[in-house]
Amino acid sequence: MPFKAKVGAVMLGVFLLAAIIGPLVEPYDPGYQNPNPALSLKGPSAAHLLGTTTLGQDCLSQLLTGIRLTLELGLIVGVVATVLAVIVGVTSAFLGGVWDELLQLLSNVFLVIPALPLLVILLGYLSGRGQTPTILVLSGLGWAWGARVIRAQTLAIRNRDFIAAARETGEKTWRILLFELVPNEVSLIAASFVNAVLYAIGASVALAFLGLTDLNSWSLGTMLYWAESQQALQLGAWWWFVPPGLAVALMGTALVLVNTGIDEIGNPRLRDASSASRIAGHRIMPTAPTPVLALVGTERGRLGEFLHSFSRSSVLEDK
Amino acid sequence: MSGEPLLEINDLSVVYRTPTGDVRAVDHVNLTLHRGEVVGLAGESGSGKSTLVYGANRLLRPPALITGGSVRYSGRRLVAEHGPAELLQLRADELRRLRWREIAIVFQSAMNALNPVLSVGAQLTDAIYAHLQLGKHDAREKAATLLDLVGIPRSRLRSYPHELSGGMRQRVMIAMALVTDPEVVIMDEPTTALDVVVQRDILTQIVELKEQLGFAVLFITHDLSLLLELADRIAVMYAGQMLESGTAAQIKNEPAHPYTRGLLNSFPSLHGPRRELAGIPGSPPDLRGLPPGCPFMPRCTYAREACKEVDMSLKPVFADISHVTACPFVQPGVSA
Repeated sequence: MPFKAKVGAVMLGVFLLAAIIGPLVEPYDPGYQNPNPALSLKGPSAAHLLGTTTLGQDCLSQLLTGIRLTLELGLIVGVVATVLAVIVGVTSAFLGGVWDELLQLLSNVFLVIPALPLLVILLGYLSGRGQTPTILVLSGLGWAWGARVIRAQTLAIRNRDFIAAARETGEKTWRILLFELVPNEVSLIAASFVNAVLYAIGASVALAFLGLTDLNSWSLGTMLYWAESQQALQLGAWWWFVPPGLAVALMGTALVLVNTGIDEIGNPRLRDASSASRIAGHRIMPTAPTPVLALVGTERGRLGEFLHSFSRSSVLEDK
Repeated sequence: MSGEPLLEINDLSVVYRTPTGDVRAVDHVNLTLHRGEVVGLAGESGSGKSTLVYGANRLLRPPALITGGSVRYSGRRLVAEHGPAELLQLRADELRRLRWREIAIVFQSAMNALNPVLSVGAQLTDAIYAHLQLGKHDAREKAATLLDLVGIPRSRLRSYPHELSGGMRQRVMIAMALVTDPEVVIMDEPTTALDVVVQRDILTQIVELKEQLGFAVLFITHDLSLLLELADRIAVMYAGQMLESGTAAQIKNEPAHPYTRGLLNSFPSLHGPRRELAGIPGSPPDLRGLPPGCPFMPRCTYAREACKEVDMSLKPVFADISHVTACPFVQPGVSA
């Protein structure tokens, strides 16, 4: 796994851990309003590690619950949207003909719908409590792009000889799809899952920030909404809006970093290529001429030569 | 053949570096190619013939690694300008200028080597633009002339690869290799995917073109019968080592190494008496940690104890230095 992907995985792991055990260890109920006016809008202290809001609520507890709810929403939307994308994309490409046209029409319609205004309208109508309406709406709108990409890849793979061979040996269509075709798209599917999660987190935080979701469920977006509406920024209460904002940003970063490593997980050829490109401790570019053992590391470009002249080893070298 | 060799591969070793140890795909191999000569490189799959040639041109990608040897190229144009080039010491940009202009390659699979979304003309002229200072019109004219040469109507310049048959695509590949007037053309099993009729056609054409344009050919194939007709000299490789090398007639009439004999016995002769076809039993060895001695020994009908320590350097058969073999025990004409 490349270094970037490892960093991403570790960051994501920390967030997952926080999401799982956070609600168990948080010191207060995130909605509990401390009546003591002395505890209103106080900075970090021993009793409140991340300070309090204007209503005396504990910021750390809100943050932990927020991470839980936001990550939960992101993962559920990611799974639902990806499953939809795979089903629509693969069947569309594999069935072809009228079905392809219909499913493509459907995903094209979903692609051109301006997502945010529609979300605003839909969530205005769906006044159900909790995160369920947001999850439904985001999954319903988030699958179309993945479906298009997966359809294109399926079209390319569909005509390869090993699919024809599988059909010739009498494998059932569902088996061909599930065991011959889909494994070839694992990295694509994983990448589209990660993107869907990213989109869901971003969109849900944005919607909550606009006050369009259930404001009694303590997601990171809701926390930002209250911070904004109660002038945390003007009051200088950084402990109220920096932690949730940072959490959203870091979650996004982690997902993007993980995405870079997914290619190699799905494609064994890439895995070999990246490890094989190191010879005698030096990285060889795939387009470079075959390395000659005696010369490995002695060849430098003009910039490399310039930079090398500053290094200690250049002094020790025989010229 | 007289004079300075055009391409001189000396003591070349190429390994594939794997986590479980180096795979010695080419082990201390010598090969020379003279002007206007056709040298055939024969051997079964995995014997290192392609690795040898691609390694010498430094076209292999990691984990391939050249561990030693030298590859000297003394083309006319190059010698006139700055003397012979040592391919193993050239930088990437120097190699780029040399490739195709001096040493061109006809790749094995024309289906994969041609870009499906570019017309044949565009691909031919690409090579011209990369190496020759020619205007658009001249480049197109040159490409058309070459298509004529390989027997494809020049109107096909506008065709796309999928509109051509397999044989025509292979001809386009040959035309592409000749477009910059190179001195060495490497042919990597150029006719393997074609039927015998088209194969014959193309080989005849290659010989004609060679006479006409005067390039040297390094012909890689597993089909020894093909080389017997086509090549001036033949080198036989096995398990990354050169086992025998000689003129086509010497290889055909007095094969010295048991492996060469095995190859010759594995295809029928059109003339001469009917005989039982004998393949070579067994399969090539694992090239990781090959024991010393002859690598062919486990499959050899002439094997003896001494084969385990035999020195694999090439020694002349009879006193003729043009015909060399690695086997000191078996003499031509002697059966077991």
